[in-house]
Amino acid sequence: MTLNRILATTGTEFRIAVRNRWVAIATALMVVFALVLAAAGAAPTGDVGVDRLSVTVASLTSLSVYLVPLLALLMSFDAIAGEVERGTLPLLLTYPIPRVEILLGKLFAHLVVLTLAVGAGYAAAGAAALLVDGASIAGLPALWRLTWSSVLLGATFLGAGYALSALARRPSGAAGLAVGLWLGLVVLYDLGLLAAVVANDGGRFTTEVFPLALLANPADAFRLFNLSAAEATAAAAGVGGAAATIPLWQSAASVLLWPLIALFLATAAFRRVRP
Amino acid sequence: MTSTLTISHLTKRFDGFTALNDVSFSVAPGSRVALLGHNGAGKSTMMKIILGLIAGDGGSITVCNAAPGSAEARAQVAYLPENAAFHPALTGEEQLRQYLRLRGENPAQAMALLDRVGLAHAARRRIGTYSKGMRQRVGLAQALIGHPRLLVLDEPTSGLDPVSRRDFYALLDGLAAEGAAILLSSHALTEVEARTDHILILSKGVLVAEGALVDLRRRAALPIVMTVVPQPGQGADLAAALPGAVPVGGAYQITCPQEEKLALLGRIATLGVADLEVTPPSLEDIYSHFSRRDGQ
Ligand SMILES: Nc1ncnc2c1ncn2[C@@H]1O[C@H](COP(=O)(O)OP(=O)(O)OP(=O)(O)O)[C@@H](O)[C@H]1O
Ligand SMILES: [Mg+2]
Repeated sequence: MTLNRILATTGTEFRIAVRNRWVAIATALMVVFALVLAAAGAAPTGDVGVDRLSVTVASLTSLSVYLVPLLALLMSFDAIAGEVERGTLPLLLTYPIPRVEILLGKLFAHLVVLTLAVGAGYAAAGAAALLVDGASIAGLPALWRLTWSSVLLGATFLGAGYALSALARRPSGAAGLAVGLWLGLVVLYDLGLLAAVVANDGGRFTTEVFPLALLANPADAFRLFNLSAAEATAAAAGVGGAAATIPLWQSAASVLLWPLIALFLATAAFRRVRP
Repeated sequence: MTSTLTISHLTKRFDGFTALNDVSFSVAPGSRVALLGHNGAGKSTMMKIILGLIAGDGGSITVCNAAPGSAEARAQVAYLPENAAFHPALTGEEQLRQYLRLRGENPAQAMALLDRVGLAHAARRRIGTYSKGMRQRVGLAQALIGHPRLLVLDEPTSGLDPVSRRDFYALLDGLAAEGAAILLSSHALTEVEARTDHILILSKGVLVAEGALVDLRRRAALPIVMTVVPQPGQGADLAAALPGAVPVGGAYQITCPQEEKLALLGRIATLGVADLEVTPPSLEDIYSHFSRRDGQ
């Protein structure tokens, strides 16, 4: 009964995503970028003992940390503000469904789109690596881990997008907030941390605050999780040094918890919307 | 028989501006109630409060024995918003299937519902291509889902052509006969006059009149208009016998208070009269009377 109601929204939202060409755009974007990375990774790296796919996964991680949050925010910023603007929200809210079910319905639909896009992109990159290097089979667990953690990262930013959409109540405002969140969490956050670490020069900030700051940001936790799980390539990435000091379970916990926190925030923000 | 909707002393303020002021009334099962009032009188605001979309500032409301907006109330109340809007990328059928599933009904009923509002031919087209009246009908179709005990319809006939309006009121008659209570707002007084049982008139947030049309007519005590057509050549005599008669075309119009109607009729019958027409005050007259009295 409850599931049926949630899936009713999911079906509708998925249909809308297909008709708005979101499925096609997101999938094409992920496949193109993944293939470009796979081709770039095909150049000899001199990394002896590391298979081609593991190298590709490391570069895909750096790609996804930017692209997955961006796609998730682009799909979600309109979710509530758009309903307010179209005037469809008052009628929807008179139906006998809790607001969290409306959000869950949208979340499932957008997650399906994101999973399709990420899955197609990673599958293309994986196939390309396997074609060139038979030893790449060793990298398949890393690729699988990257896939599901990317979906969870997407869920976090979808939830964040819904929260911003409910707070802004207007699509233009929500779009601005979404861009701000993306810049802040994915770009500026790391730059700020880097500057602080350099200025601190190995002091208490670097040893105590810095690891926590990385775990507190869902994007950093995602990168940390995938890189520390594949330590062989960790040195290739910017946060490699820190990745070594933080236990895997901590970054995994952050990756798992953030979607729930984001959904909670989105529900709280949506509950405050008065049509 | 308990009321489906009971409102007592409802007040609503928007930052200092009083949109509804101490409004009380109730709606019985099976009755069709029309909510009338000028633009900005507070009709839509009242409906949103009944639906629990916005909260009132004072007074109490019971909807189907539950609080407005509670899950119990929402399961039994259908709503048609003032400007029914839907996602333009969905077809009428897809939209209705979603609404049916949200109410826990079988989505296969979508086509039958669209057929009831005369939209079956366009069911597989996107709502973005619909005309205003067609969108309005999608709104009507979703309000018919399940067996709502209360229908709250905000200007349901706006945008409908005359034939569709008649069909719509026939639909309402069927629902009311099954025991549903209907509260609708409208600016089309003539159709409301013929098709509803009870009338509420709001003016600047105040409920200035309430009752069946006959009661309101009596309470307003508006004069009756008689149009008298004299027999050929009798015009001058008739005008002399009826002081105050105003010549209109070939006829004369006389207004008289309700209680003098019969005496005047008797007098006119003795004169040389070819034809006689008695016009009671229309709902429009009654409406203007009540909304002017307290509204200014
Ligand atoms: N959210 C709001 N904030 C401030 N004022 C509001 C709000 N909603 C309604 N009002 C005011 O309340 C009054 C009643 O508005 P309402 O929409 O109920 O009128 P109405 O009777 O439905 O009019 P119409 O016939 O034009 O539809 C108006 O003066 C309107 O400006
Ligand atoms: Mg209105």
